[in-house]
Amino acid sequence: MTDNQPKLRLRDVRKAFGPKVVLDGIDLDVGVGESLVVIGGSGSGKSVTIKCILGLLEADTGSIHVDGEEVVGIASRDRERINRKFGMLFQSAALFDSLAVWENVSFGLLAEKKVNRDQAKEIAASKLAQVGLSKEVGEFFPAELSGGMQKRVALARAIAADPEIIFFDEPTTGLDPIMADVINDLIVKITREVGATALSITHDMVSARKIADRIAMIYEGRIIWSGPTAEIDRSGNEHVDQFIHGRAEGPIKMAVRA
Amino acid sequence: MKILQHIGRIFLAFLATVGRLAPFMGSAAVHCVRPPFYPRTVLRHMVEIGYYSLPVVGLTAIFAGMVLALQSYTGFARFSAEGAIANVVVLSITRELGPVLAGLMVAGRIGASLAAEIGTMRVTEQIDALTTLSTNPMKYLVAPRIIAGLVMFPFLVLVADVIGVYGGYLVAVYKLGFNPANYLQRTYEFLQAEDVNSGLVKAAVFGVIVTLMGCYHGYHSKGGAQGVGKATTNAVVSAPILILSFDYILTEMFFAR
Repeated sequence: MTDNQPKLRLRDVRKAFGPKVVLDGIDLDVGVGESLVVIGGSGSGKSVTIKCILGLLEADTGSIHVDGEEVVGIASRDRERINRKFGMLFQSAALFDSLAVWENVSFGLLAEKKVNRDQAKEIAASKLAQVGLSKEVGEFFPAELSGGMQKRVALARAIAADPEIIFFDEPTTGLDPIMADVINDLIVKITREVGATALSITHDMVSARKIADRIAMIYEGRIIWSGPTAEIDRSGNEHVDQFIHGRAEGPIKMAVRA
Repeated sequence: MKILQHIGRIFLAFLATVGRLAPFMGSAAVHCVRPPFYPRTVLRHMVEIGYYSLPVVGLTAIFAGMVLALQSYTGFARFSAEGAIANVVVLSITRELGPVLAGLMVAGRIGASLAAEIGTMRVTEQIDALTTLSTNPMKYLVAPRIIAGLVMFPFLVLVADVIGVYGGYLVAVYKLGFNPANYLQRTYEFLQAEDVNSGLVKAAVFGVIVTLMGCYHGYHSKGGAQGVGKATTNAVVSAPILILSFDYILTEMFFAR
């Protein structure tokens, strides 16, 4: 990997579901150690972009490079190797409800048989501490936790294997403003501690401003603007202005049915 | 004309399902034999499928054996062939009723539970989470359940065979007045290893069918709670149909000469 090579590089990534084109030529770079937030309305292609990078969906055409390695169309064994670099915080937390919290947190380590169960429990306790949860929480099951605690456990799981790249899918959706701010602070703190590259998607501008070094806006399956977080208010882009100020009037027309 | 269109659509949907099922089955088979394995998960499902199904299988088997003895008696008495009841009970139970009834009962219990569990994991992104944790969902979710089904169904059928024959014995001895020693002797004399073995082979096949259908429909569920419900229904309907179809095919293979 060369010094100026981005950690993630997407070029002309396209994805359609039947006649519906969701990604219409995405170009995106995320530098090493950078925190990029992709903003955009519902159905604009944010989640599909992340799913294509993670291999949960296969891009129809285009190129996705992780550390310079092409991942579109790679074999499943190589995909598993690539995914070891990733940590992912799902919008719904996606905790395994048949497993205790500590087993959720150290799931990746246990599944790969890198550690025994005692070691896994210790690692889980330390990761839970990083997200402000006590060791005792590890003995609970996900259904016994509040939404905010589940998000924190999911964050602990995302960082359990010290990933190089962490993805955050709508990290603050469904949380009250205070808990959302707690999660934002944790994301900033943890990505710095781990030294990871972060790619987040959100439509929460408070969250985006807090966790991003750089923001990119996706609209109708394309990146229409990207720049440093400080410059988003001076983007000069009508779509970006409308979105960040949450105005109904503007070039972005929402499909509203009576 | 509309009826033909409807039949055509059903046929195409059937072909599409078969087309999706074949690679799913292939992938599941590969993951059953290729490491890494998850023995703890396999064991958990063996207990769930085998141990917790014992009451329902046992009850079904004992009543099946009892009814069989009673029905055989009312029929055979017309030809003064009551002595053949022991043979009819033991052959029917081991060859046919043990595996089929156990298969059908467990298909309802386990097939529904597998489809609902995996379907919920699908719609709540837990299966996606597995992938991001470098864990192949086919290996972690599907393979252990199929292995557990393959191992535990023959065990359940063996139990059903014993209990079913005992049910027949109870009715024959305590209701119909048969001599216990004679009844057991006739049972033993007419029973051959092939009868039990064919039932166990059927059970193994039914075990794969039930777990495969539960996993397949759950894995491909979509659209939230409604999708999970549909997957559960599909699993519970498809498994018994396949069990009865394969029962005929296997019976042809074993006994048609």
